[in-house]
Amino acid sequence: MTTHSHPHPHETLPEHDERLGYYQTMEIAVRELLIAKAVFTADDMRRAVEAMDARTPAQGARVVARAWCDPAFKARLIEDGTAAVGELGIDMGETRLLVVENRPGVHNLIVCTLCSCYPRMLLGLPPDWYKSRAYRSRAVREPRAVLAEFGTVLPEDVAVRVHDSTADMRYLVLPAQPPGTAGWSEERLAALVGRDAMIGVTRPVL
Amino acid sequence: MSETATLAPRFAPGARVSVRRADPPGHLRTPWYIRGHVGVIERLCGAFANPEELAYNRPGVPKQPLYRVRFRQREVWPDYRGSAEDKIEVEIYQHWLEPA
Repeated sequence: MTTHSHPHPHETLPEHDERLGYYQTMEIAVRELLIAKAVFTADDMRRAVEAMDARTPAQGARVVARAWCDPAFKARLIEDGTAAVGELGIDMGETRLLVVENRPGVHNLIVCTLCSCYPRMLLGLPPDWYKSRAYRSRAVREPRAVLAEFGTVLPEDVAVRVHDSTADMRYLVLPAQPPGTAGWSEERLAALVGRDAMIGVTRPVL
Repeated sequence: MSETATLAPRFAPGARVSVRRADPPGHLRTPWYIRGHVGVIERLCGAFANPEELAYNRPGVPKQPLYRVRFRQREVWPDYRGSAEDKIEVEIYQHWLEPA
């Protein structure tokens, strides 16, 4: 055991990097109460977190690639996104999916100004920047400047359509298929489709 | 009230609507920046339990029709830099909308 002579008390909470905030404390208290009252078990909780962490943007990329390859699927996806992704075994749960298509002359961008609503079933957990105050306020206020910072510089004759995901719908951008990829397999196309393109801050490129 | 009770939609796609300029207390899902602005109904999304009631563990019925409303960016932000065709679409519950 080490000893040292100065008299001040040490703050030693080696398991915490920093003090818990109000909402962290509240989350732990509520979780522990729900487990104590047997509403769910600690293992249920662990499995739910594991299932959330297992979702990745590969799900969304699969949807986009299918839409590029199958015009009938694409039509159904735009008509009723929830039902169409259900065909691929993706369950939107309580939310409904709205797919917005980038077309010549229209570019779509998704934001949730109120919090961080995000199509987690299709894209997994949102990136930190999506939840930041800067993105949430600037995406509606100056979307072209935000897009340019992501490397997406749009000419004036391409209209920007921002979708503020404020309520019960979840949004997925269906990007345009990059030129030079006609006839590619779905798997090969899906590899071109990244998370950011499905939020609308970038466009897929070869 | 039944869980399936739903208010009838008041607005059709294409209708001009204005967002109420109100600031009631509680949990609201109508962004501040869009209150008082005039837009056009893009589509009816369906009917959903009122989140302002759900937030307090009340059932939120009758369900509120939810719309996507499309606004011109230059009307929302007077100093907006971008095309006159740039739009913003926001989901707004019926009780926040009035005919314009």
